[in-house]
Amino acid sequence: MRGAKEPVISVEGLTARFGSTTVLDAVRLEVFRGEILCIIGGSGCGKSTLLRHMIGLNRPSAGRVLVGGRDIASADEEELNRIRRGIGVLFQYDALFGSMTLGENVALPLEGLEGIARETVAAVVRMKLGMVNLGGYENHYPAELSGGMRKRGALARAMVLDPQILFFDEPSAGLDPINAAELETLIRGINAGLGTTTVIVSHQVELVRHVADRVIMIDRDAKGIIASGTLEELRQPGVDPRLKDFLFRGEEG
Amino acid sequence: MEKARNRMSYELRAEGTDDRGLKVALAGRVSLTEADSLLADLERLVKQHRPSRLTVDLGGASYMDSAGVLALFRLEDRLRDRGISTDFASPSEGIRGIMALIDREGLNRPPFHGESPPQGILESLGGASVRVGRDFVVVMSFFGECIAALIHLMTHPRDVRWEDVWFYMRRTGAEALPIVGLISLLIGLIIAFMSSLQLKQFGANIYVASLVAVAIVRELGPIMTAILVAGRSASAYAAEIGSMTVNAEVDALKTMGYDPVRFLVCPKLIATVVVLPLLTLYADVFGILGGMIVGILGLDLTPYTYLSASQKAVTVFHLLSSLVKALVFAFVIAWIGCQRGFQVRGGVEEVGAATTSAVVTAILFIVVVDSAFAVVLHYIR
Repeated sequence: MRGAKEPVISVEGLTARFGSTTVLDAVRLEVFRGEILCIIGGSGCGKSTLLRHMIGLNRPSAGRVLVGGRDIASADEEELNRIRRGIGVLFQYDALFGSMTLGENVALPLEGLEGIARETVAAVVRMKLGMVNLGGYENHYPAELSGGMRKRGALARAMVLDPQILFFDEPSAGLDPINAAELETLIRGINAGLGTTTVIVSHQVELVRHVADRVIMIDRDAKGIIASGTLEELRQPGVDPRLKDFLFRGEEG
Repeated sequence: MEKARNRMSYELRAEGTDDRGLKVALAGRVSLTEADSLLADLERLVKQHRPSRLTVDLGGASYMDSAGVLALFRLEDRLRDRGISTDFASPSEGIRGIMALIDREGLNRPPFHGESPPQGILESLGGASVRVGRDFVVVMSFFGECIAALIHLMTHPRDVRWEDVWFYMRRTGAEALPIVGLISLLIGLIIAFMSSLQLKQFGANIYVASLVAVAIVRELGPIMTAILVAGRSASAYAAEIGSMTVNAEVDALKTMGYDPVRFLVCPKLIATVVVLPLLTLYADVFGILGGMIVGILGLDLTPYTYLSASQKAVTVFHLLSSLVKALVFAFVIAWIGCQRGFQVRGGVEEVGAATTSAVVTAILFIVVVDSAFAVVLHYIR
């Protein structure tokens, strides 16, 4: 679904410093409801740092990050947890808990809610696993699954509460082309079916080209965003050549 | 017409139709927290009206998430089993999108793995015995690999990674000095104190020195030091090699033509075998020192008297046998620690289990070896 231009995330003058190193400097960004936004850039440019600030795992050195209109940096733990219940994150290395079955992993966010019957939890888990083509695998442990299956299992966990916003950190890292394509299909399907705003950090050009509504590029030297727009807009003359080289290398013209 | 209202967020209006049907109009919001209530309310309405068909009009639903849609599907499945057909009218675009995402057949599909049924005591014991037996075979096979690797390195000393040996000597030996010294001092102190309570009654204070010296040098020095080093180093070796196994670093070594046992295990083995006897001597000194503190402060002995008595009680045989024990304990610690690391197969959660197992198994083997030494040394003397 491609929604109206209502920002669900606003990054206002975000600066991220680690010791004496500034990774991001006064970054401004809006993520609109229902869109799939891809954040691209070379290794070490600050993509994952920006993502971590949007999730509330890092607090800005300066500036602020508003999620659903609430400042995530100044939120106390209770407010932060409330905000986090409205978001889902698929980490780069899936982050499934090895001591739990896939079903227990997916059910984990549900256990924080009161008043949900066990039967309902089990049914929701089956439903979510079915959505990511892992129906029947609820009693498998992560170690028994392939990399692609673990990624999809982690996606099921990330979206078990029907979050308003889904974050993906390098979702196709380590996946073969077929699994990567399946994940792309799931990302588009979930965005269309649930209307979830989706933010993807990736340097996989194929993924970006296949799913993005809008792309922003972060550059390490600029410590911020050097280009932003739809794929069509970014093909136009005048766009930063670094982005064109990154995203459209090999294309004619 | 009747209403059912969930005080949270939705309302149901039910009315019968001419063809023995029931039409229920849903208005409001249904999310995960209301899903169970919605299902229960709809079932209650069906039970009251006993229709042959149910139509749920979703036109008034301002929001419904996947759990809400799931509740509708679950209702549909239950009613189908009772011969009641269901349809959902006027779903919004959002609800239609969610409906398309849900795999209806998968909702009722049984899992590929069933949950394991509970085992009886005999079955559990039998299973555990088989696992222990298999584990013993694996551990002893690894012992053979270690011996083979050491023999190779003795004949090819240039293949020894001496930088790693030095590193582990520092980590296993030098860094253990404070804790080994402290614990040995306290053990000596405790033994001296407890024995003095009895020996004082017979005016045999001086024998405290002999008792502490013999106990520390012959038994407690080697075994306590070995247990401490097992806790520090066997776990560290298991964690290091286990993490390397999980990260495919061991596979990378093999693909580069390196034998993981020679590369990873032998430096640890050599380092531990070198430092543990030295640590044991160090522990002996501190143990005797601990006893001497009690001797001086509590038994009015002079340092010279105490040390002379200690020196007379400890023979060269005692000292040599304790050092030989320490050598064997050192081998056990490195062997078991490394073996547990290589045993890791799954994810990082298994690394923790391997670390624990390394310490427990190493201590068990140390105690078994010590018992064997006790018997052997008894007959050698």
